[in-house]
Amino acid sequence: MSTPVTEEPESESEPETDEQPAADAETAAAEPTAQQRRMAKKRDDAARRDAQRRAEEETREAENTVHLKVFRYDPEVEGKQEPRFDDFRVPFHKGMTVLDALIYARDHYDSSLTFRHSCRQAVCGSDAMFVNGRQRLCCKTQLADLDEPVRIEPLPHQDVVKDLVVDMEHFYDQMEAVEPFFDPDDLPSDDLAEQRQSRENREYIKMATRCIWCGACMSSCNIAAGDNEYLGPAAINMAYRFIMDEREGESRGQERLEIVEQEHGVWRCQTQFSCTEVCPKDIPLTEHIQELKREAVKNNLKFW
Amino acid sequence: MSQTYDRGPVEDFGRWREFSAGMWAWIFHKFTGWVLVGYLFTHIAVLSTATAGGTVYTETIRGLESLLVVRILEVGLLAVAVFHILNGVRLLFVDLGVGLESQDRSFYASLVLTGAIVVASVPTFLAGAF
Ligand code: HEM
Ligand code: SF4
Ligand code: FES
Repeated sequence: MSTPVTEEPESESEPETDEQPAADAETAAAEPTAQQRRMAKKRDDAARRDAQRRAEEETREAENTVHLKVFRYDPEVEGKQEPRFDDFRVPFHKGMTVLDALIYARDHYDSSLTFRHSCRQAVCGSDAMFVNGRQRLCCKTQLADLDEPVRIEPLPHQDVVKDLVVDMEHFYDQMEAVEPFFDPDDLPSDDLAEQRQSRENREYIKMATRCIWCGACMSSCNIAAGDNEYLGPAAINMAYRFIMDEREGESRGQERLEIVEQEHGVWRCQTQFSCTEVCPKDIPLTEHIQELKREAVKNNLKFW
Repeated sequence: MSQTYDRGPVEDFGRWREFSAGMWAWIFHKFTGWVLVGYLFTHIAVLSTATAGGTVYTETIRGLESLLVVRILEVGLLAVAVFHILNGVRLLFVDLGVGLESQDRSFYASLVLTGAIVVASVPTFLAGAF
C-alpha cells in the first residue's frame, strides 16, 4: 500500500558544537580527566543524536499516516446514540483519497464504520461528505490537499441515518419534482428516428448534464437549509438542462418554467455561490439559476 | 427534514470560518441593508425636529455633532452605505449574469474600495471632534 520512503543517510559529521581539543590542555588540573570529559561528551552526543533520530522517525511516522477524525452516530445502538468523533490513523500512500482512507479504516480498524461509496471515480455520486468543513466528494478529494486532522462528517442539513450516511430521500424528491426526463412535445413520425440535437445546443447544456446527484450543492446551500420546499441547486440545474434543450419544444418548456418559477423555485436563490463552490462536477449552478430567473422574468413580462 | 435533526455542537463547530466569498457578501449585504433601514428611522426622527422650528433643529444637530460617538457612528454609517451600494451593484451584475466567474473578486474589490473610501472620509467626519 504505502510507498516506501527512502531513508535519508544519517550525517556522520559531528555537530559544530563540538569542543576544540585545545581545551584539554588548559584544564589539566581540573578534576575530570580529558578522557572522562570526552566520554561524557560522547554520551551526551549519542543521547542527542538518539533523540534527534527518534524525533525524525516520529515526524516521518506522522507523515506516513493520516489522522482522521470521523463522525460516528448510530441511533440503533445504546452507547452510540450520542454523536461523537472517532480518531483513526491510516497509513498514507501517494494519491490516497479521503475515500481510500475511510475504506482502510473500516477494513482494518472498525468494520462498523458506515459510509456510502461505489464507483470510486466520481461517477455514482454516493460519497459526498463534509470534509474539513466543506462538502466534498470523498473519492475525488486527495488527502494530500487537506490539513490534518482530516475531519469527516455526514452532509449537513440532512438527517443522519448512521455514521456518515445521510437520508437522501428529500433530495431525490426535489430532483423528481422537476421531472428530470426528456419529454419532447412531438415525437418524430418514424418511431425509430433519432432525435438529434445541434452541436451548439449540446454544448450549451453540456455542463448541466453532468450532475451525479451527490447532493453536495443542496447541503451547502443555506437557503435550502432554511426552506425545505426550496427545489435546490441540483433540481433547478436539472430543469435548466431540459428547458435549454431545444428538442423539447415550446409547451413542455413552458410547463418546466412554471415549475421552477414557483414560490420555492429559482427566486429563493440568494446568489451565495456556495453550491457552485462545492459541486464536484464544476457545474456553474448559480449561473444556471440566474439564467432561469431571467427566463422566468422574460416569460412573465411581455413588453416586447 | 433539514430542521428536524439537530447534530448539536458537532454540527456548527467552527462552521463560520468555512464561509466563502459569496457567503460573506450575502451576510454583509443583509447586515448593511438592515442597518440602513435602522438608520432611516433615526434619520427621520432627527429631521422631524425641524417641525418644532429652525432653532430646535439646529440645536439638535449641533448637540449630536458635538458627541464623539456620533462622529464615529457616522464613519460607520458611511462604511455600511458604501459597502451596500458597491455590493448592491455587484449583485445587480450577478442578476444580469455578467462576470459570474469573478464574483469573489468583485466582492473583495467592494471591500477594499469601501475601506479606501472610509479611510479617506475620516478627516472630514472627525474634523474638530477631538
Ligand atoms: C444605491 C443604493 C443601493 C443599492 C445599489 C442597493 C442594492 C441592493 C440589492 C441589489 C439588494 C438585493 C440583494 C439580494 O439580491 O438579495 C438589496 C437588498 C437590501 N437593501 Fe439595498 N441597495 C441600496 C440602498 C439601500 C438603502 C438606502 C437601504 C435602507 C434604507 C437598503 C436596504 C436594503 C435591505 C433591507 C435589503 C434586503 C436585505 C434582505 O434581503 O434581507 N438598501 N440592496
Ligand atoms: S449539481 Fe453538482 S453538487 Fe449538486 S448534486 Fe449535482 S453533481 Fe452534486
Ligand atoms: S464513490 Fe462514486 S462518486 Fe465517489
